[in-house]
Amino acid sequence: MAAPLVEYLLRLGDNCLILSQRLSEWCGHGPVLEEDIALTNIALDLLGHARFWLSYAGEVEGAGRDEDKLAFLRDAGEFRNVLLVEQPNGDYAMTTARQFYFDTWHFHLLSALQQSTDSRIAAIAQKALKEVTYHLERSTDWIMRLGDGTEESHRRMQHAVDDLWMYTGELFEMDDIDAEMLRRGVGADLEALRPKWTEHLQKTFAKATLEVPPGKWMQRGGKRGVHTEKLGYLLAEMQFLQRAYPGAQW
Amino acid sequence: MVATCPTATGVWGWLAKIADPEIPVLSITDLGIVRDVQVNEDEVTITITPTYSGCPAMDAIAEEIRRSAKEHGIEHLHLVTELSPPWTTDWMSDAARQRLRDYGIAPPASSLVQIEAAKPACPRCGSVETRLVSRFGSTPCKAHYQCLSCLEPFDAFKRH
Ligand SMILES: [Zn+2]
Repeated sequence: MAAPLVEYLLRLGDNCLILSQRLSEWCGHGPVLEEDIALTNIALDLLGHARFWLSYAGEVEGAGRDEDKLAFLRDAGEFRNVLLVEQPNGDYAMTTARQFYFDTWHFHLLSALQQSTDSRIAAIAQKALKEVTYHLERSTDWIMRLGDGTEESHRRMQHAVDDLWMYTGELFEMDDIDAEMLRRGVGADLEALRPKWTEHLQKTFAKATLEVPPGKWMQRGGKRGVHTEKLGYLLAEMQFLQRAYPGAQW
Repeated sequence: MVATCPTATGVWGWLAKIADPEIPVLSITDLGIVRDVQVNEDEVTITITPTYSGCPAMDAIAEEIRRSAKEHGIEHLHLVTELSPPWTTDWMSDAARQRLRDYGIAPPASSLVQIEAAKPACPRCGSVETRLVSRFGSTPCKAHYQCLSCLEPFDAFKRH
């Protein structure tokens, strides 16, 4: 296993990269023009964050892998993103639920990482947080609009938050890497993010007339490279060009 | 020809003429993208900061700085990207804000006006009766509004 810092940076970068790729799939397919633009803008922000994290990961690793090599030439088992972000777009409620769960967590994670003893991590977190604040406002609005909307939108929104619930536990799981990064003052205490995440979720769901899912059983594994089969399909599309034409540029 | 050493003032001068590729009425110095210029004999170090993390214009801007530097006889250019402190629209000058308005884009609220919910005035008729259509506009730095007085849609530069 790579150095803990490299692993940690890959987790941060892969979450952004994979969610960015998922959101990009909406480009040209959004339900209304404004949403098409919003989702691709968010995808672009996340891609920017992924570049910051993966470039840093490549530098620390020192094995000659830059952001592009890390993004395009790793196989599914080498990706360190949480399972939540690789889940398919589904309908708009599904995309919204995934985004809301992630944005709420991402916002609190970056807030904590601003205090990292690693000045580069702190700088990236500070930069990204300004954009993620916007992401969270938007997904919170949409949860309320669809949850407290029509009978149909409410039914779909409730179904989506229920369906993705089992992927939220992994967000707060502290493994050896997380513990080591926290001990060094570099990383964040993920367990400490949970009450903040839950509070925002409960408040938003109450306004949206949605039930907080009661399930306790959670899926896990993404952070260690054990993914759902869906990631393979995503990578096949994202990596096709560099796999078929290594080093291609335009 | 006798090569003369560049000066920081001179470098700032030509940087101020490089237009933002997406909003050409603003230069990269108007936007606060250029954070620092250091000159050490014939070596020039220019520090820039991205507006938005994923802004695709940054590559074009870096390319334009390199091209312009060469044109001004600078052989040794170090182009450094700094993220901290993160870019803010508070670095935009009043003159730049006016040029934006004249161009049809509502300028970002100044931090002196600490009203979070303040809506931008319509750049066409000046009405403050406007509504947010989408917080994401044609580029990452803009939101999409509509004027309720003249009914025209318009872009507003987000306060960031
Ligand atoms: Zn108007």
